[in-house]
Amino acid sequence: MIVADKKPIEEIIEVIKDHDKILVLGCNECVTVCEAGGKKEVEILASALRMYFLNNGKEMVIDEHTLERQCDHEYLEEVRDRIDQYDAVLSLACGVGVQFMAEKYHSTPIYPGVNTCFLGATEQRGLWTERCQACGECMLATTGGICPVSRCAKRILNGPCGGSSNGKCELGKEVDCAWHLIVERLKALGRLDDYEKVCSIKDWSTDRAGGPRKVIREDVQV
Amino acid sequence: MRLEYPTNIRIVLVPCTGKVDIIHILRSFEKGADGVYVVGCMEGSCQFISGNIRARKRVEQAQEILDKIGVGGGRVQMYNLSAGEGTHFAKFAVEMEEKIRGLGPNPVKNSKKNLAA
Repeated sequence: MIVADKKPIEEIIEVIKDHDKILVLGCNECVTVCEAGGKKEVEILASALRMYFLNNGKEMVIDEHTLERQCDHEYLEEVRDRIDQYDAVLSLACGVGVQFMAEKYHSTPIYPGVNTCFLGATEQRGLWTERCQACGECMLATTGGICPVSRCAKRILNGPCGGSSNGKCELGKEVDCAWHLIVERLKALGRLDDYEKVCSIKDWSTDRAGGPRKVIREDVQV
Repeated sequence: MRLEYPTNIRIVLVPCTGKVDIIHILRSFEKGADGVYVVGCMEGSCQFISGNIRARKRVEQAQEILDKIGVGGGRVQMYNLSAGEGTHFAKFAVEMEEKIRGLGPNPVKNSKKNLAA
């Protein structure tokens, strides 16, 4: 899922302070799971903002709503008939949702209420870690299901590098060496022969290096 | 036991303090409460394992938010006691009432009144 983190409330206040009527808009998908932009977070943020502005002598209207997703036309349409009532929308969706919303509703400023961080997993409640950089050419089949692109700081495809020590990366003792994990995993799978195969040069044109990307599936287009 | 405690405290019953969320605390302030305190079981003796620990963390988060928005995190407090400690319940109520009286009324409530006038 897409992992996001809360923005400091001071930063949000600074952005919306000149408006009079705001809609805080949450998203029921990834940002709900990582507890940054779901219905609960919308309620808390809206309540805190209302109290802040009241406390500072301004009765700002701050309404709340949460959509199933902000990255799909059909769900974004839900707010079409009410969006003109607001001076701005504070979207707690990921960067995709904020942009899609802004593309759809040209005359309303859409502000981000979270910082979008990475594609990751919930290791435990309150701990999300990166697992994928969406490079567009998955090589997990040959690396025992551990991604050197997202989990190795150097994105080395034939590792480990000389900075690996006791299974940890030279970045710090809290960072696992991805290639150490790969070797251990291949050993457990009885596939260490795979490790001996030199990985050829990766085609990075499917990564961000090739500019903004598209997936076109004519088979599902109507 | 017939213990006395301040009458200006409104008790909201919950099945476990783990049910108390940050929004419940914030809404209390939006509606004009001057202070909120959560009374849970002793840490380590929660029937639902970690309900009172969750509550403590949420109280801490509410304190942080209230500090940032100028309401004051000191208006929220977590207390723990066992079911047999009625005297503690009364003591906490008195302690909290004194603390809130010292802090004065909820500034949000005052601002609302001023804006309405």
